[in-house]
Amino acid sequence: MVSLFKEALDSGKFVVTSEVAPPKGTNLEKMRHHVELLKDKVDGMNVTDHQSSVMRFPSLGGALLVKEMGGEPILQMTCRDRNRMALQADLLFASSRGINNVLCLTGDSIVLGDHKEAKGVFDLDSSQLLATVRRLEKGKDLGKSDLDGTVSFCAGAIVTPEANPLEPQLIKFEKKVEAGAEFIQTQAVYDLDHFKEFMDYARQFPVKILAGVILLTSAPMARFMNKNVAGVSVPKDLIEEMASAPKGGAVGKGIEIAGRMINRIRNERMCDGVHIMAIGREELVPDIMKAGGLL
Amino acid sequence: MIRSITRQKSEEEIDRLLSGSQRIFVIGCGTCVTLTHTGGMPEVESMKEKLSLKGKLVTGLTVLPVACDHMTGEILAEYAGQMNQADAFLIMTCAFGVQTIARQLKKMVVPALDTLFIGKETAPGRFDEVCTQCGTCIIGETGGICPVTSCHKGLVNGPCGGTNNGKCEIDEEKDCAWTLIYNRLKELGRLDSMRVLQKPRNHQGEPSPGKIRLG
Repeated sequence: MVSLFKEALDSGKFVVTSEVAPPKGTNLEKMRHHVELLKDKVDGMNVTDHQSSVMRFPSLGGALLVKEMGGEPILQMTCRDRNRMALQADLLFASSRGINNVLCLTGDSIVLGDHKEAKGVFDLDSSQLLATVRRLEKGKDLGKSDLDGTVSFCAGAIVTPEANPLEPQLIKFEKKVEAGAEFIQTQAVYDLDHFKEFMDYARQFPVKILAGVILLTSAPMARFMNKNVAGVSVPKDLIEEMASAPKGGAVGKGIEIAGRMINRIRNERMCDGVHIMAIGREELVPDIMKAGGLL
Repeated sequence: MIRSITRQKSEEEIDRLLSGSQRIFVIGCGTCVTLTHTGGMPEVESMKEKLSLKGKLVTGLTVLPVACDHMTGEILAEYAGQMNQADAFLIMTCAFGVQTIARQLKKMVVPALDTLFIGKETAPGRFDEVCTQCGTCIIGETGGICPVTSCHKGLVNGPCGGTNNGKCEIDEEKDCAWTLIYNRLKELGRLDSMRVLQKPRNHQGEPSPGKIRLG
């Protein structure tokens, strides 16, 4: 089975991915709208998996919807809610339904979400999940049994280039590549000179890197991320630029900044593409792409 | 020395558990819960007062030297009368003590405490969990620091993306185990150990409930 996303990665073009979030409930209207809007513009759409540990419509169901609508889904899978049996079973199902891209994540803690008393599973971690994908592809499961019919995935993971301390994250990044990651979507990067340093290091590994771009929607939102989101660091001058936007113009300013960053990443060929996260404002992704010279 | 670390249940829960019982015998313990001030003599006496104020009759109280050992014949004899008068026992020990006592008495036992973890006092009044008795020890590869216990997610291949400035994503009071392990291994010149891709853990090293016959 061919992954169109994998073809895009291998083509050498500047790859663009974005996100769609399944709803809290069964009303898929908004998600459908976002998929419709983005499916012909991006090379892949991540479907988030109970993001921030908030229970939602499943990423597998969301990825299926993207597929049915003619988009290219990237199934996000965390290790928080399923043990190795359930994860493998879901990979078999995904593969059987033509979902051929998977982003392997450890997952946020249960206690950060809306089911704070639930059991966090973490039977596997992100690097072990990647290795599991590769094992299933060889026709074996983790219990050493043979599979009747195998899977095929373009598998990826994430890295946080702004983490402090950084080296433990880089060691984990190398383990993810060793375990079989073909692509990496980074946590949001804002200091592109710093990101270039990360890329000088990351380029030695056989993996495609998509720089994470999170749309800034206001100066307080940027400060909130600095305070509360691990590994996200919005530089002071960008916060000031956001604050300088005229009343009602903050989102427009955020789009301008995101576009400027994408342009620089692309023009300087810093990495292989971008992963645009508009966090609830997915309808703005085409505007960000336009600002970034991608449309 | 490792200790059983406990925290008193809420008053509402204790009230609910004792709702059908009028006459109560209260038991504390002289070891861990004395150290943590959750079930030593002062706490047991204070519990007696609280129960009396709620209209319960406290038939007696005692602080056993070691509640997870069987009660001696002397103790049982000394308190036989008061124990016999009680409808229920309120046990201010860890769950090991509660279960040991429950096996010896033919009456309802009610735990007054929640047993949080097996831990060590690492600074005055500060207790840290050190081992979850997983049955498949890996600390030979992590510089003697246990990620199964000390990492909130029990990860064995390095930190998650939620760690920030050496702290855990769930609580900035909690250290990121993998930052500690990284620092230790770096100091020892053994970061190579952290680079090894660890296989999924065996969660059935000793299938629960643990039971073993030695020799």
